[in-house]
Amino acid sequence: MSQVLIINYELNNINSISNAVSRLGFNYNISNSPFDLKKASKIILPGVGSFDIAMKVLKKNGWVDALNSYSKNYEIPILGICLGMQLLADNSEEGKPCDGLCLVPGKIKKLEQTKNEKIPHVGWNELIQKNKSELFNKIPNHSNFYFVHSYHFLTKNESIVIGKTPYCGEFISAYNHKNIFGVQFHPEKSGKYGLLMLKNFLRL
Amino acid sequence: MLKKRIIPTLLIKNMGLVKDVNFLSERRVGSVLPQIKIYNMREVDELIILDISASRNNTNIDFDEIKEFAKHNFIPLTVGGGINKLAHIEELLLIGADKISINSASYRDKKFIKEAVYNFGSQCIVSSIDYKIKNEKRLCHSISGSVNENKNLIEWIETLQSLGVGEFLLTSIDLDGTMKGYDLELLDIIREKVNIPIIISGGCGSYNDMLNSLNSGADAVAASSIFHFTQLTPNGAKSFLHENGIHVRI
Repeated sequence: MSQVLIINYELNNINSISNAVSRLGFNYNISNSPFDLKKASKIILPGVGSFDIAMKVLKKNGWVDALNSYSKNYEIPILGICLGMQLLADNSEEGKPCDGLCLVPGKIKKLEQTKNEKIPHVGWNELIQKNKSELFNKIPNHSNFYFVHSYHFLTKNESIVIGKTPYCGEFISAYNHKNIFGVQFHPEKSGKYGLLMLKNFLRL
Repeated sequence: MLKKRIIPTLLIKNMGLVKDVNFLSERRVGSVLPQIKIYNMREVDELIILDISASRNNTNIDFDEIKEFAKHNFIPLTVGGGINKLAHIEELLLIGADKISINSASYRDKKFIKEAVYNFGSQCIVSSIDYKIKNEKRLCHSISGSVNENKNLIEWIETLQSLGVGEFLLTSIDLDGTMKGYDLELLDIIREKVNIPIIISGGCGSYNDMLNSLNSGADAVAASSIFHFTQLTPNGAKSFLHENGIHVRI
């Protein structure tokens, strides 16, 4: 049976994600062990908290090596949400600067004011769709999603960018690199279009 | 563009939904879960749930109860009430909260706030401050408004901001439940001093009150009585605000 594996690494909002996945009618497994990767048809990497602390926990539980070798050998779709999106990148300057999972080319930096924007960026903001993606199937361009973050993803590889959001200039709020997707907003807390986006991912 | 938020506040006490005036004489106004379901159906911008008995009784917030609420909730959720340990924050996030509101514990232990910010990120930590005006000074009160901390609100806001909290929830005890309008004077005073989002709370009695606050520098307005006791709704508010030039999510 197909199963959505939700990676549990202590610092996260697991129940919000699993509630949404189950409401959409999919089976899920909240997993503490990389051994469960074998059974997964989709992988979700959630996350709230600080980058360096999250990486420490992922390392301790064996996820870093497992995800690295796994994503190279299999093409199972992975979705990183909020901090999860950031952890999939190369590195971050949050807390004690450190390397991420290095599965998506890019780095994480703090949002920088361009005209007195408040940081953290909290609330509903638009997703401007770039490079067509199945993730946004049937979701109108410029729909609002819920954001709550201070750091953002940067890349030199524009072709992986599938969504941007106007704040502190414009930052990358969604990417798709091979089988890996990342969104800076919280689809599980973004009402009907958020759930639709999750459903699009789970149906890939 | 980032939208201004309209946030219903749900106060819970002994499993029930209550509303008070000036933090006193609570009235039971219904059950929490049906209200959460309605707000979800209407897709409000965000919900704040505060357990107003936890700090007063020196007990923990009822995690099982919050977990049950969260099961039915697919919109942003801020939870508070007696939070004074990192383990509380971790548990609430796990259960389904997005942001954690901390109030009384901040006065006792600044290190706790620092650690909370370090572990969970600024974006997760909301500093809730309740204040009363005495001799023309806004003074901070803790334990659901029952203890005067003798701290000047403006100074306390600056202190907490320097500790790295991610948002303020500012509630005027004098205006709470009166529906006489928000403390606009405060918004004017802090406008230039605060560089994190501000949720203003206490006193909302009309859509116009919301408009005035959002035009005076608030990023979000929290309201309770107006939604419990009148026919006005969060979506009605947003239509009104939109017509008046405020960027809201409709």
